[in-house]
Amino acid sequence: MITHKRHGPEILPLELIDVDYKAGGQRLIKDMTCSFNTSRRSVIIGPNGAGKSLFLRLCHGLLKPSSGSINWLGEGAQQGRDYITHRQAMVFQRPVMLRRSVVANIDYALSLKGISKQTRKDITESVLQRTGLRRKADHPARVLSGGEQQRLALARAWAMTPEVLFLDEPTANLDPAATHAVEEIITAIHGTGTCIIMTSHDLGQAKRMADDILFLHRGRLLEHAPVAEFFKNPQNDLAQAFVQGELLWWNRGQGSRNRPHKPKQNQHNNKQE
Amino acid sequence: MNDFSTAFGTAFSLMINLDSALVEIVGLSLHVSLTAVLFAALIGLPVGAAMALFRFPGRSIISVILSALMGLPPVVVGLFVYLLLSRAGPFGVLGLLFSPTAMIIAQTLLVTPIIAALTRQVIEDLWNEYEDQLRSLGAGPARALPTLLWDGRFSLITTILAGFGRASGEVGAVMIVGGNIDHVTRVMTTSIALEVSKGDLALALGLGIILIFLSIGVSGTAFLVRRMAEQRHG
Ligand SMILES: Nc1ncnc2c1ncn2[C@@H]1O[C@H](COP(=O)(O)OP(=O)(O)OP(=O)(O)O)[C@@H](O)[C@H]1O
Ligand SMILES: [Mg+2]
Repeated sequence: MITHKRHGPEILPLELIDVDYKAGGQRLIKDMTCSFNTSRRSVIIGPNGAGKSLFLRLCHGLLKPSSGSINWLGEGAQQGRDYITHRQAMVFQRPVMLRRSVVANIDYALSLKGISKQTRKDITESVLQRTGLRRKADHPARVLSGGEQQRLALARAWAMTPEVLFLDEPTANLDPAATHAVEEIITAIHGTGTCIIMTSHDLGQAKRMADDILFLHRGRLLEHAPVAEFFKNPQNDLAQAFVQGELLWWNRGQGSRNRPHKPKQNQHNNKQE
Repeated sequence: MNDFSTAFGTAFSLMINLDSALVEIVGLSLHVSLTAVLFAALIGLPVGAAMALFRFPGRSIISVILSALMGLPPVVVGLFVYLLLSRAGPFGVLGLLFSPTAMIIAQTLLVTPIIAALTRQVIEDLWNEYEDQLRSLGAGPARALPTLLWDGRFSLITTILAGFGRASGEVGAVMIVGGNIDHVTRVMTTSIALEVSKGDLALALGLGIILIFLSIGVSGTAFLVRRMAEQRHG
């Protein structure tokens, strides 16, 4: 069990108002307005390049919005930037491992929080146990397999006992067993009262893991709804198409060889197949 | 041809018998170059890392100066240090000219820009890879600096070895500021130059062979360090 508990006031809820993010002369995130509440699980879905990763990085504070505002409304937010940073953790699309052992990767993250040596050891031990990495404790982190690195990234995030955990496609490139393991870990972290905000390309996973779904398309939040409602009856027609497995190629100005369903491009595609 | 084989013979016997003149020269060479590299690393590592991580006023000027210094021929650096240390120069009162200290200063100036520039590259690459993760964990550039120096340790060792290579092999700077005085400032490269011009090949060859071994040792170590890093960290 995690021996270390979260103390102090919460920073949630998180609120975004009219957030725009521009880079390279393009508006990549547009008019984003939404909010997140304590201990819910939100899954962000949408096609490649929709802005899901940017959205997570904005929420986590790694990017500053070009306009609009991102606010933590909880009492804890009064305690300053460092406090807010240490109440969150993020697992990136590609795990970033320091050139050190598995144990040292977690220990380093804990030391940045100013946690004492003995406590760091206990926490590290406990999260490695929970993520099934104890045997690998002294291995260099970067020689672990992709799935193991992802579990280590989760273990490190878990060790932070975050109030809010951001996960960017935590199971991309993992086999079914590893995916299952990662989903269990995320569920366990959520079980300790952590708010989960993650992206996924796997609609099955979205159904399993989400309380709420956010559907992003070309930098816009087109739909934000409880999971059952969203999958039963998506309000937005692009979301509808996406859920029904009609990839959004017909709206993205590119043909797709795999989905010759749409009548207009059908003839064109048939020639290639 | 005969001359050559006698010279080789004498060179080997000098090395095998640890000839006192030879040992003294090699010892001074190593002392000067290793000390210079130590100082160059103490200056170059933090400066290079800071240039990679921070935007500060004067950053581009330092950058230009460093890359200019990196390309300078050793004789010019030697001349510059000579002018600073000569009796009429600003540091003339210290009486350092023609001493091992002057040679260490000159070689430090030669090697620091190399170490700083290579360090900057190593740290910049690492920071690109780590920035999001470290910021997410609450570490800004200042806190990241020691972290990155540690995580870049294998590449940085190679960098320092490159600096040592440049220091131990150069002749121009130590010749000018040291003066190649017997028993005082005579090092391997300067005595090779002198002995060859005197026509005494034996000592020159002995020293030359040692320099070659030193160079092989340096690149061999660099190779091993790289391989170790690959094995340990993928
Ligand atoms: N710094 C940048 N400069 C210019 N364009 C950028 C920058 N960062 C991201 N983009 C663009 O913004 C868009 C959204 O990127 P983002 O990484 O958020 O997509 P995503 O929804 O996470 O996609 P994927 O599902 O492939 O991970 C992409 O088209 C990307 O090319
Ligand atoms: Mg992404």
